[in-house]
Amino acid sequence: MQNEYDVVVIGGGPAGLAAAIKSKELGLNVLLIENREFLGGIPIQCVHPGFGLHYFREDLTGTEFIHRILKKFLDMGIEYHTNAHVTEIIPHSYRHKILKVVTDKGILKLMAKAVIYATGARERHMFEIGITGHRVAGIYTAGEAQTMMDIYGIMPGKEIVIVGSGDVGLIMARRFTLEGAHVKAVIELMPYPGGLTRNIVQCLEDFGIPLYLSHAVTRVEGKKRVEKVIITKVDENLRPVPGTEEELECDTVVLAAGLVPYLKVIEKAGVIIDPATKGPVVNSYLETSVPGIFVAGNALVINDLVDYVVEQGEEAAMGAYEFVRNGGLPALRWRKLVKGRNVRLLVPHYVSDTKDVMIYARVKKPEENVKVRFPEIGKEIRLPFVKPSEMIRIKLRKTDIAKAGDKITMEVVPNE
Amino acid sequence: MSEVRKFKLTCIICPLGCNIEVIMEGDRIVRVTGCTCPRGEEYAVQEVMAPKRVVMSVVKVKGGMFPTVSVKTDKPVPKELIPEIMKELASVEVEAPVHIGQVIIENILGTGANIVATRPA
Repeated sequence: MQNEYDVVVIGGGPAGLAAAIKSKELGLNVLLIENREFLGGIPIQCVHPGFGLHYFREDLTGTEFIHRILKKFLDMGIEYHTNAHVTEIIPHSYRHKILKVVTDKGILKLMAKAVIYATGARERHMFEIGITGHRVAGIYTAGEAQTMMDIYGIMPGKEIVIVGSGDVGLIMARRFTLEGAHVKAVIELMPYPGGLTRNIVQCLEDFGIPLYLSHAVTRVEGKKRVEKVIITKVDENLRPVPGTEEELECDTVVLAAGLVPYLKVIEKAGVIIDPATKGPVVNSYLETSVPGIFVAGNALVINDLVDYVVEQGEEAAMGAYEFVRNGGLPALRWRKLVKGRNVRLLVPHYVSDTKDVMIYARVKKPEENVKVRFPEIGKEIRLPFVKPSEMIRIKLRKTDIAKAGDKITMEVVPNE
Repeated sequence: MSEVRKFKLTCIICPLGCNIEVIMEGDRIVRVTGCTCPRGEEYAVQEVMAPKRVVMSVVKVKGGMFPTVSVKTDKPVPKELIPEIMKELASVEVEAPVHIGQVIIENILGTGANIVATRPA
């Protein structure tokens, strides 16, 4: 194993694999580092379909999707290291970063011209969502439960309460039911379900699983193992309403309460974080505020579709290629992307007219019959509906970007 | 005169989730409204006459990298057969190596659908 690379990719999931493949195709000398014992990331434990409709134009399971990408990665003979953990990235000079990596063969010190950070997201835990009570066995995040069931073949419990009705929670409700567990309820804080309507139908209604909207799990009780949870109604400000407590007996609580970009190592390297995405502030090459550190996938922004994650991995690789080839990015003038009406988050944060740019956004609240408008460049797109759970993805042409001054605003407005 | 029945459905073909209404007279469909594409209409008719789903799960593997291999039906199967299919899958154990797309159970419960591996093992 050598010590100097053009690009080191951190994370062997869909974003990292796609970034490494693209880097190699562009002729860069690339190493990929993965901390689990196998490559593939989260899709390797996603046995349900719904993957690849955009990227492969086929409906694949997560496992099938990632194996297509993994096969390409392995066939190209790209160097990689599993069971390896990057503990530190030190910007050594404008053009070089030092990485400290703990591996099963000892601690490595690597030099990279560019780093692509594709570590994915972590799951929100019980203390972040206000669940108090006993610290007993039987409390899992959705990802932990999925790893147990669909990789190791172990059932986490029999009587299940799921917290959160995003697609992850809904899909887990179906998985548990199919495997013979009894899902007593899915509990959702908001007055509307978080996931797609089709998942409400095929994951809950198909099996008669009750969904409690405007409810929170406020307490877990049990001696050694979970015995029951206390659920409480919440008011319009999402605060528990006293006197509305109900008990649900169960042996397992599964938390599907959302994801947060996992940034521990690059935060230490000094990248600036956007409070809306909770991911790094990036330019249109997906470069962070530290030159030569790029980011892609759920570490950048929480995506709905793995197809977008792969696209971002490839984009980051093209950015890294420009950086390595030119010793920096070729952009001349950055325009800030500004959030206008009903836009909650927007990525990337800065764009330039050196290339076309894919932008990813989420709205604050659901609306029907709207226009997405970029007033500074005179671009408008009509949409039948927008909702917070569905990412908006729009391509901005470099010729359009060139028309703008210092900023480009994106706003969602009613379509009159 | 046969009995007129109304079915309200949410389409699961794509993320749009159209609200579809199907009106039946006896066992005959007289009207489908609310869908925005032909695939949706096909789904609605299917859903009312004989609902089908793709089933996915994992089965046990001996000697593989993981103790399980993920599987699915290679086409949708009648919804009411899902619990029985899951029982079948729970009793199966295959030997590694398994390649992706390998048929694990042929023509499961006479549905014409095969159980195929969706991950190597």
